[in-house]
Amino acid sequence: MDIIIEGIKQAVILLFTLDPEVIGITWLSLKVSGIATFISLLIGVSVGTLVALTQFPGRRIVVSLINTGMGLPPVVVGLFVTIFLWRNGPLGFLEILYTPTAIIMAQTVIATPIVMGISLAAIQQLPANLRLQILALGATRLQMVWILVKEARLPLLAAIMAGFGGVISEVGASIMVGGNIKGYTRVLTTATVMETSKGNFDIAMALSIILLLLAFFINAVLTHVQQRERPR
Amino acid sequence: MNSGKSILEAKNLQVKRGGVSVLDISYLGVPEGKVLCLIGPNGAGKSSLLLALSCLLKSSQGEIIFRGKRIGSNYSVFDYRRNLAMVFQEPLLFDTTVFENVAAGLKIRNVKRDEVKRIVEEYLERFGIGHLANRSARKLSGGEAQRTSLARAFAIRPEIIFLDEPFSSLDPPTRESLMGDLESILRETRTTGIMATHDQMEALRLSDQIAVMNEGKIMQIGPPAEVMNHPVDEFVASFVGTETILTGKVIRRNAGTFSVSVAGREVEAVGDASPGESVILCIRPENVTVSTGSSKEITSARNVFSSVVKRIIPSGTFYKVELDCGFPLVTYVTNHAREDLSMHEGMDLTASFKATAIHVIRKKLLPSSGE
Repeated sequence: MDIIIEGIKQAVILLFTLDPEVIGITWLSLKVSGIATFISLLIGVSVGTLVALTQFPGRRIVVSLINTGMGLPPVVVGLFVTIFLWRNGPLGFLEILYTPTAIIMAQTVIATPIVMGISLAAIQQLPANLRLQILALGATRLQMVWILVKEARLPLLAAIMAGFGGVISEVGASIMVGGNIKGYTRVLTTATVMETSKGNFDIAMALSIILLLLAFFINAVLTHVQQRERPR
Repeated sequence: MNSGKSILEAKNLQVKRGGVSVLDISYLGVPEGKVLCLIGPNGAGKSSLLLALSCLLKSSQGEIIFRGKRIGSNYSVFDYRRNLAMVFQEPLLFDTTVFENVAAGLKIRNVKRDEVKRIVEEYLERFGIGHLANRSARKLSGGEAQRTSLARAFAIRPEIIFLDEPFSSLDPPTRESLMGDLESILRETRTTGIMATHDQMEALRLSDQIAVMNEGKIMQIGPPAEVMNHPVDEFVASFVGTETILTGKVIRRNAGTFSVSVAGREVEAVGDASPGESVILCIRPENVTVSTGSSKEITSARNVFSSVVKRIIPSGTFYKVELDCGFPLVTYVTNHAREDLSMHEGMDLTASFKATAIHVIRKKLLPSSGE
C-alpha cells in the first residue's frame, strides 16, 4: 500500500513543482498528438462528409473499411510506418524515423479513420430533408455542405476528441517510430512504460495522472455532446 | 374570376423510382397569387410533386416552366430555386437561435446585415415569435418551431412557397392559429402557394384550387366547391368524402346564428359571422333528413327546403341520394326508408337539416385589389 501512497505523493509534488522533465514530456505529447489530430481532422471531416453525402458504387465497402480503420491496432500502424520510413523503405529518403515527425505520421494514420468514421455518422444522422431544406433556401452546393458541417458541429467535436483521445493514449506506434529518445521523442505513454519498468513509480504515476486528467476532460465533453437535445 | 396567368407550369412531368413511376403529370398550371392544395391519401405523390416542382427531386422526364422560362434550358435550377421557399412537415430548424434561423435564407443570399435585421424582425413579428428571437431553436414547442420555419420561408419573400403537410404534426388549437396566420400572410403578400395536405378542411380553408391526387396522378383539379361537389370519379368522391360543401355569402346576423345566401336560398347556421363575409358550409349526409310531406310540416330543423331527387346510388347497406334544392345536397337513406318513401329519381322531397349540423369555414376577407 505504501508504494502507492508514496507514489501519489511524489507524483503530486512533481506536478505542482512543475518538474521540467514532466512538463517537457507533456508538452511534446500535446504537440505531437495535437498536430496529428489536426491533420486527421482536415482529411477525416472532408472525406467523411463527402462519403456521407454521395452515392457511388462500392460505397458500402468504403464505409466498412472506414469503420474497420477506427479500430486499427497502433502496433500494426507502428510496424508499417517503420517499414515505410526505414532507411531503404519507400520513404526512407526523408530520414525522419525516430523523430517527432514520425510519431505525428503514425498518429495521423491512427486518428484519421476515427475522425472520418464519426464525421460520416454525424452527417448521415442529420434529418434527410435538411439537405433539401437548405437547397430550398437558395444555397449553393458549397453553402449547403458548410451549413451541414455546422449543424453537425457538436458530433464533429466528438470526432476530434475521440481522435485525440485515441492517439494521446497509444504507446505502441509512438515507441516503434519514435524510439522514446529522452528530450526528443519521449511522450507521456512511452515515458510511463519506461519509468514503470525502471521502478520509478513516482514519475510514472505523475505522467499517468496527467493522462487520466486528459481522458476525464475528453469524456466530459463527449458526455455533454451526447446528452444534449436536438433542435426540432 | 380572373384566374390570371400561370406562374408555374409542369408539362408531361414524370418521376420514376427504381423503374416504377411515382409521379406522372401531363399538365399542371399554377395561377399566380393563388393557393393550390394537393390532397390525396399517403403515397399519392403529393410530396413527390412538390419536390419535383421545386427541382429538389430529379424528374426523369418533362419540363417545368417558371414565368415562361424553361428550367434547365434558359433558366438554371439554381436561379429558379432562389424564387422559392419550402416548409416541410418537420420544422428542420438549424441548431442556433430563432433569429438566426429566420435570417438563414437572407444570409445565404448575402443580404446586408442591417437589412437582414430589419426583415427578420418584421417576419418574427408577423408570426408572433418576436419574443423568441434569442431563444435556441432546441428549446421551442412544436408550434413555435413551425412558426419559425414559416417565418424563415417567408423572410426570403419567395414568389412561390411550397408547403408539405406543414401542420400535420401539430395539435388542433396550435394548427388552427397557425393556419390563420398563414392564410393572412398568403393573401396579404399574394404569394403563390402550393400545399400538400391530407386534411380536407385545411384545403378548403386555404385553397383557391384543389388537386386530388392518387397513384402519382392528378385525378381532378378545380375550385374547392367544384371538386367537393362534383367529383369526376369514384376515387375522388370517396376521398373527398360525401359531404355537401356549399359556398355562400352571409346576409344577416341573428341571435347566435347567421343566415347565408346559397344559390339564392337562405341557409341558417350556428355561430358568428359578419354580413358580406364569404363562408363555406359543410353538411354531412347523415344529418340531412328527407320526407314526402310539405315544407310547412313542423320540424325542429331550421333549414327546410323543397328538393328534387337527382340520383340514387346504392352504397352497401344504404343509399346515397343526391338532391337538388337549388344547391346540391347529399343524404343517406336506408333501403327500408327508400321503399317506404317509394323514392325514385325526379321525385319531389322535403329535405331538412339543423342549423347546428353545419360545419362553417370562414374564409379570410381578401384585401381589395385591382382584381
